[in-house]
Amino acid sequence: MSNWIEIAALNDIPQLGSRVVKTDTMKIAVFRNSNDEVFAIKDECPHKQGPLSEGIVHGTSVTCPLHNWKIDLKSGEAMGPDEGCTNVFPVKVEDGKVYLDL
Amino acid sequence: MKQKLVLIGNGMAGIRAIEELLKYEADLYDITVIGSEPHPNYNRIMLSPVLAGEKKIDDIILNSYEWYKENSIELITGDTVTKINRLNKSVETEAGKIFEYDRLLVATGSMPFIIPVPGADKQGVIGFRDIQDVDTMIDYSNKHKKAIVIGGGLLGLEAANGLMKQGMDVTTVHLMDSLLERQLDTTSSAMLKTSLEERGMKFLMEAQTAEILGDDKVSGVKFADGSTIDTSLVVMAVGIRPNIALAQSAGLYCERGIVVNDTMQTYDPSIYSVGECVQHRNNCYGLVAPLFDQAKVAANHLAQVGIARYEGSITSTKLKVTGIDLFSAGEFSEEEGDDILIMQDAKEGVYKKLVVKDDIIKGAVMYGDTMDGTWYFQLMREKTNIADFRKTILFGQHDLGDTGHGDETRVMSLSDDAEICGCNGVCKGDIVNAITTKGLFTLEEVQAHTKASSSCGSCTGLVEALLASTVGEGYDDTPSVKPLCGCTIHSHDQIINAIKDHKLKSMQAVREFLEWKTPDGCAACRPALNYYLLARWPEDYQDDAQSRFINERAHGNIQKDGTYSVVPRMFGGLVKPNELRAIADVCDKFEVPEMKVTGGQRIDMFGIKKEDLPAMWKDLSDAGFVSGHAYGKAMRTVKTCAGKTWCRFGTQNSTRLGVKLEDLTWGSYMQHKFKLAVSGCPRNCAEATIKDFGVVCVDSGYELHVGGNGGIKVRVTDFLCKVDTEEEVIEYCGAFTQKYREEAHYLERTAPWVERVGLTSIKEAVVEDTEQRKELYERFKVSQKIFQVDPWKARADGEASHEFTPLKIA
Repeated sequence: MSNWIEIAALNDIPQLGSRVVKTDTMKIAVFRNSNDEVFAIKDECPHKQGPLSEGIVHGTSVTCPLHNWKIDLKSGEAMGPDEGCTNVFPVKVEDGKVYLDL
Repeated sequence: MKQKLVLIGNGMAGIRAIEELLKYEADLYDITVIGSEPHPNYNRIMLSPVLAGEKKIDDIILNSYEWYKENSIELITGDTVTKINRLNKSVETEAGKIFEYDRLLVATGSMPFIIPVPGADKQGVIGFRDIQDVDTMIDYSNKHKKAIVIGGGLLGLEAANGLMKQGMDVTTVHLMDSLLERQLDTTSSAMLKTSLEERGMKFLMEAQTAEILGDDKVSGVKFADGSTIDTSLVVMAVGIRPNIALAQSAGLYCERGIVVNDTMQTYDPSIYSVGECVQHRNNCYGLVAPLFDQAKVAANHLAQVGIARYEGSITSTKLKVTGIDLFSAGEFSEEEGDDILIMQDAKEGVYKKLVVKDDIIKGAVMYGDTMDGTWYFQLMREKTNIADFRKTILFGQHDLGDTGHGDETRVMSLSDDAEICGCNGVCKGDIVNAITTKGLFTLEEVQAHTKASSSCGSCTGLVEALLASTVGEGYDDTPSVKPLCGCTIHSHDQIINAIKDHKLKSMQAVREFLEWKTPDGCAACRPALNYYLLARWPEDYQDDAQSRFINERAHGNIQKDGTYSVVPRMFGGLVKPNELRAIADVCDKFEVPEMKVTGGQRIDMFGIKKEDLPAMWKDLSDAGFVSGHAYGKAMRTVKTCAGKTWCRFGTQNSTRLGVKLEDLTWGSYMQHKFKLAVSGCPRNCAEATIKDFGVVCVDSGYELHVGGNGGIKVRVTDFLCKVDTEEEVIEYCGAFTQKYREEAHYLERTAPWVERVGLTSIKEAVVEDTEQRKELYERFKVSQKIFQVDPWKARADGEASHEFTPLKIA
């Protein structure tokens, strides 16, 4: 069963940037790309748990600020020759509001 | 309906072109690949290690059958195209199959040249070209004892070495009086011969083959002087010929090879050609790097992008015989007017020779210690003027600064478990293994797969040397124009110039003008473009926070646990009691877990949570501190010694000058971090001669030093000039800084920049040309008007608050 929670207005997230949502157990990074698509993944790089929310966003991927791993925002998977995966959360935008399904 | 693309030749050049094409346009064509050999594409240059028993066939497969399937490529192996019908655009194979095409790519490669002597058609006479030849050689080595290799070139020596490793008694026959005469001069050639003889190889020099003896099978070789040698196997390795028979029969214009233009197109506009079968601007290439350059260009045109041009390649050579370090590139036999630089140590087995004309390297030959081969090759390709360091150039690049690897310059003699990359703990064996099993050809690929040389970069030379030794001939070390990143084909210099010349003032404008491949760039090019734009157009360009690395966005240094460190600026390293008290109070209030004094004479506070940063900055700001920019590609610190106020040796007021220099330069963004120091006397307690800009005070004035570095590569500064007054120091400092800011590549510190462009050109602008110096200084001051603002105070006052505030679940 889905449990959509409103987290922010779309414009609260900078284009090609991110915001962090803190839950009781973890941090979730919510990204917005140049096409205003929104993605939500666990804020932990599969490599050494770097904060992906602090990375540079391009296309539909983010580059981890610690060791430059590139993570696909749609699947949470590491790209290129690197291997690893972080959790992905359903997210949607309606009427300029961003909703996260936890 | 999709167009049809047929590739004739399932080899390295053709498949590389397909790979490049798929990167551009995965769905443009239905692709069919037809190859004569019964294998998927393999790494032909790795046949020598296979023959020597150091690798297996499976290790050298580049594209598995699955790769073809995954990319929906129809693969026909073990069948040969016998006819190209250009009128109805189809090809016909030996097995009678017919394939239609819209575009045809001919990559038929080359054939070994078999000397047309009597008996050359006997069983046991082979070339050294493909897996079948290797199988034959290994088979012979199991049943027979003696082998002859005809040809003392690269291929011949590798074949002879391999057969010897398989236990055969090998004699190498060479027509000329020295081995590898096209790659080596007589001295290095003699050194090579001695060392191969020590391993048990026999040579017959200046011998012309007259006849192959035997019935159906080879039994011996007879030479022009009448002498004979018994053998069961003859390997002909005297050269290759472009395989043009098919193209010729189709009426395509051929000379030595299939003639193509700069877009790799043949005389038939529907037919392209790449690889060893091609003749381009009168050159045929047999090395892998040029073929890959060609493949890129052909793919660009097949994908209908249509902007790339192939303009020929300069190549370098390494011999792939384990344990022998040999490198050669360019012209190595001198002509009139050339200067010859030689270093020779027979006992150590080291020989280096550079052929130089007008201070530009024309060629290099190295034996024994080839560590710097890639560096010389780069200097040669980039036509770098070596006047500033030609006195020491033969001692290698490490003489310009220690790479941190001491004497480890002979990479091939290192053991497999020797650590190459100290940052990421990558050993030689890991790297060599990745290069061979994953089919890597460039430094970038090795970095991506192994992480070696991807952090601090100090082992790049070692990794390049390993790549050169493993891949051998002509690996791709520095493409003639090295693109900034995968998003563009343009180099740093081309981008810097385009921004300036065409007045491009936004990132979007740059990407459109220079035809970026990606809509919003990547983590490599965005920070670079953002910097180039703000350095060139400080008054017009709007800084883009999302294109800055997190440190410069959050104005703190991100630590491994995601917390930040905070370093307030202390001008010239001077500090007052009330300031220290304020820092102590801040540390108590925010429960800072650790403090330390930095190498640049500042105080660092660790373990700060991101949410706490603005509040902490407010307290620091109220106490009079501004950001120390210890996190940025920016002016960091001016380190000073006590100076003549206190020190009995001091000649000038070094602390006052340090404060003035920091007042001038703080807040300035750079390509990389930038450090200054002022020492009050030549004892140099502030270590000014390993800074980007250092001042050493003397009784009669101020010595200015530039391009030093105390980090990855320790490099002592170059002496720029001496001036008389503090005002002059300020002006020269501003001018030098601005020259660097405008011209160096992003992430290039002053040390490599000074080495790359040469001190002479910097002196010309900053010292000799008064007008230019004043202009540079003025431009620096204009930039400082915009950028010399405290980012901490701005954020303490609420700017970019979203950066520091997590979202709350409603």
